[in-house]
Amino acid sequence: MKIDRRCFLSLGIGAAAGTALSPLPWKLMDDSSIWSQMWPWTPVPEDGEYTYVDSVCSLCPGGCGISVRKVNDRAVKIEGTKDHPVNDGGICGLGVSGLQLLYGPTRVKSPMKRIGERGEGRWEKVSWEIAISAITRELKELRAAGKANTVGAITGSGRGTVPQMLKRFLTAYGSSNFFTTPTIQDVYAEAFKLMHGKDAVPGFDFEKSTFVLSFGSGLIDGWGSPVRMIRANSTWKDNGTTVVQVEPRLSNTAAKSDKWITIKPGTEGDLALGIAHVIIRESLNSKKFVDNHANGYLGAIDASGVFTQGFKELIMSSYGPDAVEMRTGVAGSDIVALAKEFATARRAVAVCGRGQGDNPADIKEVMAVHALNALVDSINQPGGVYTVKAPDYIKWADAEMDSVAGEGFAQERFSGITDGLNALFISGANPYYTMTDTTAVKKVLDQIPMIVSFSSFMDESAAQSDYILPDHTYLEGYRDVVAVNGLMRPVVSLAQPVVKPQFKSQSTGDVIIALANSLEGTVAKSFPWLNYQQCLKETLDSMGPEIQKNGFWVDKKAAAETGDKNFGTASGKFEFTAITDNTTPAESGGIPKLSSIELAGDKASYPLLLIPSDSLRLANDTIGNPPFMVKIVEDMILKGKSSFVEINPDTARKYDLKECSEAVITTPVGKATVMVHISESIMKDVVAMATGLGHTAHDKYLAGKGINVKSLIATVQDPLTGYDVAWGARAKLTKA
Amino acid sequence: MTTSDDATKNGSEESADQAEAIEAVENVEGTAAETTPETEEKKETAKCTGGGLIIFTFIAGLVISLIVGWIIFPKLLYSKKDQPINFNHKLHLEEVDNSCESCHFFREDGTYAGVPTLAQCIDCHEEVEGDSPDEERFVNEYVAKNKEVPWLIYSRQPDCVFFSHAAHVKGAGMDCQTCHGEIGESESLKPYEENRVTGYSRDIWGKNISGITTHTWESMKMDDCAKCHAEAKVEASSVQTKKDACFVCHK
Repeated sequence: MKIDRRCFLSLGIGAAAGTALSPLPWKLMDDSSIWSQMWPWTPVPEDGEYTYVDSVCSLCPGGCGISVRKVNDRAVKIEGTKDHPVNDGGICGLGVSGLQLLYGPTRVKSPMKRIGERGEGRWEKVSWEIAISAITRELKELRAAGKANTVGAITGSGRGTVPQMLKRFLTAYGSSNFFTTPTIQDVYAEAFKLMHGKDAVPGFDFEKSTFVLSFGSGLIDGWGSPVRMIRANSTWKDNGTTVVQVEPRLSNTAAKSDKWITIKPGTEGDLALGIAHVIIRESLNSKKFVDNHANGYLGAIDASGVFTQGFKELIMSSYGPDAVEMRTGVAGSDIVALAKEFATARRAVAVCGRGQGDNPADIKEVMAVHALNALVDSINQPGGVYTVKAPDYIKWADAEMDSVAGEGFAQERFSGITDGLNALFISGANPYYTMTDTTAVKKVLDQIPMIVSFSSFMDESAAQSDYILPDHTYLEGYRDVVAVNGLMRPVVSLAQPVVKPQFKSQSTGDVIIALANSLEGTVAKSFPWLNYQQCLKETLDSMGPEIQKNGFWVDKKAAAETGDKNFGTASGKFEFTAITDNTTPAESGGIPKLSSIELAGDKASYPLLLIPSDSLRLANDTIGNPPFMVKIVEDMILKGKSSFVEINPDTARKYDLKECSEAVITTPVGKATVMVHISESIMKDVVAMATGLGHTAHDKYLAGKGINVKSLIATVQDPLTGYDVAWGARAKLTKA
Repeated sequence: MTTSDDATKNGSEESADQAEAIEAVENVEGTAAETTPETEEKKETAKCTGGGLIIFTFIAGLVISLIVGWIIFPKLLYSKKDQPINFNHKLHLEEVDNSCESCHFFREDGTYAGVPTLAQCIDCHEEVEGDSPDEERFVNEYVAKNKEVPWLIYSRQPDCVFFSHAAHVKGAGMDCQTCHGEIGESESLKPYEENRVTGYSRDIWGKNISGITTHTWESMKMDDCAKCHAEAKVEASSVQTKKDACFVCHK
């Protein structure tokens, strides 16, 4: 018998028929479809009991309440807490992406010691004991050498127990060099000191306003407490509130406003005074307020017979609509119309702080805008702006200081984090990324012999440090979170662990206590608490049971009472003098220079103005974008690894640039290759660039994408506050 | 089968094959073959004479593949795993007051707890109660170490399926047996057979590889759900099909 081809074929056909009559193909088809619909490598949340843990988000200063859904021990979703005084169930893109920070790849998993060159990224995992004893050794040496004051620290807002413990640690150790990262809120506080004579922050009663005049504030782009502002915006739409946005670029806020007024960036203060001019000229201002509660509104002749001009004279002589039009680019007729509308609105309020208000602004500009609120008597009035006392619940006895501490502390404080420091602690801040003129900042900070970062994530500053002592993330530990950002009623919330610490992190409060204890002596004595939790509990106990029961405490009495006209100034009145003082008189025909703020570079070499633009889709502060958020960044902001600049078609023609072509942007401090996006949504000769890009650290989803606009902006110091108030940079664009 | 006609049309290689094949046929039949390719009669002979072996090989192929498909394939498709602890449902059912729901209960929020966790077992089994070696192992290895038992769940549906116990048990008043059979009567846990392709239990498709079942609890495929929904006239949720919409189960 010979098996030939025909037999073979018939065997095959038989086999095929048999297979078709067997369950094999059908079952395999079914199984493979199940398999391919549920790839085994796709993560699936585990099955189990659902629970919610209420806590507070501290990824931005907004202070939103969060309810985290868990399945067994795993957190699976972050939602906004219903009926929370800040966000009432709402949540932003960053807040909802928080789990990617908790479980993501950028976590620092244990204490680390740098073993390579600074910033090289070579680390050695060390135990907490070794890390703390090594840092203590350095601190002891510095103290013994009389250099206690050269140890500094930088934190975020400086509010809350952990920053205050760090401040206390430095005080007890012998240094006054504790720094915070200032924002527009701090400038408002300085302005209130001068104009109201009060230690207060602004509380905007936006929900009741009928007319909102915003000088570049990204009210729905992350200004203040972002979710609260989004809700306020809905209220405005429901109530027919008029919103006027003064801004060089069509931001989301401008797009959703009733009127968008373009303005030459940097001249917002002048426009405010131009509006004041019309209000006064038309006698639309509150006479009761300026007559009874204002000082320096009218000029006066002093004892020696010299006439000092008051606010009214300054404004009336120099801030006419025509002069202001020339300076700001806003049409005189628009100024008149706007002034009339603002002054006749039932409850008008003026607000400033560019974009998200993360950067301080020129105090003169803030005061000029605030003067509008005074002129229409919107201060401490419904729908206006209230002076709000920031929560003051940390009532510890003074730190104990020995003679070394006393001597060190008495030494002059540094102007900021400088290379004069021998050691720097970084907690809740990321100066290597967020400070302007990034290259210069890096150069200076790299000179500091010892940098200790408390970051939970491998951010830019952690990457450049010598030791990383990772804090729990906000979902893993207890902490107090203070929200004052433009709120009428500040909220202090207690974050509680949603999940167990995932790695070998420790609460920064506990680490500070451990450092203090190992330094012994009065430093140790200044920290009598067993651990951070005890410290936190004792501190919060002073606020009553509400915070520990509800998780938050609303400071209902923080805002001044409605109609309050008590000013803490020497005159007992609202000080218009704060504006007229230090104002350089006008050069012939022009308008006086309200402030001395000038951007670096000359206009001839750098004819354009670069402005940063903030968006809720790009976290631009200490916390970087989690992967979810990177996904929602528009193609005209970031494409692949390239940042875009937004320019007007007119500007594009002038420099012969095409849509989506490459260009080089040069400023006095930096240079970068960018892509060009041409749009009518920006003024001529202004270049906008998104903030929050150009990270060098974090994870692969964020690092290396785009340009950090801060690296192109030179620092400009406001002589009155000392803050860096650079709102942009002079720039030029050339074809790549 | 190739005819001689074809052979002439095809290339020389084919013709050689053909010649060989015809030769083989001759040997089997033992008749003298005429070599004229055009003869009709010849062709008939070639077909008939080859038929026996061809049928044999066809049947051989058929039988082998049927054996593979029906007997070997199911054995290869599933791997067998023993449950971590051999649990006696019958014994426990006698001890509790609230039948199945004593351990497989609905949580306060209406979600179904499914397989009990240590938290429930610990109520009785903080210490070893009886003399079963399995119980002793359970207490020592899991309760004492506060470790959850990694039960293998026979009825776990693929992740794309949304199934609400509340809708079926509380809403439609179905009993456990309709889907889960008489597991409550069992004294030991049968081995868990895991589908090597999908990773899910054999009990979803059903023990019978043909997919034919006689009881409702023998399989838990989509067709089973659909059949019951049709019989029970579950309200149509899709405007287009006037039937249950996909998203009722596939969220």
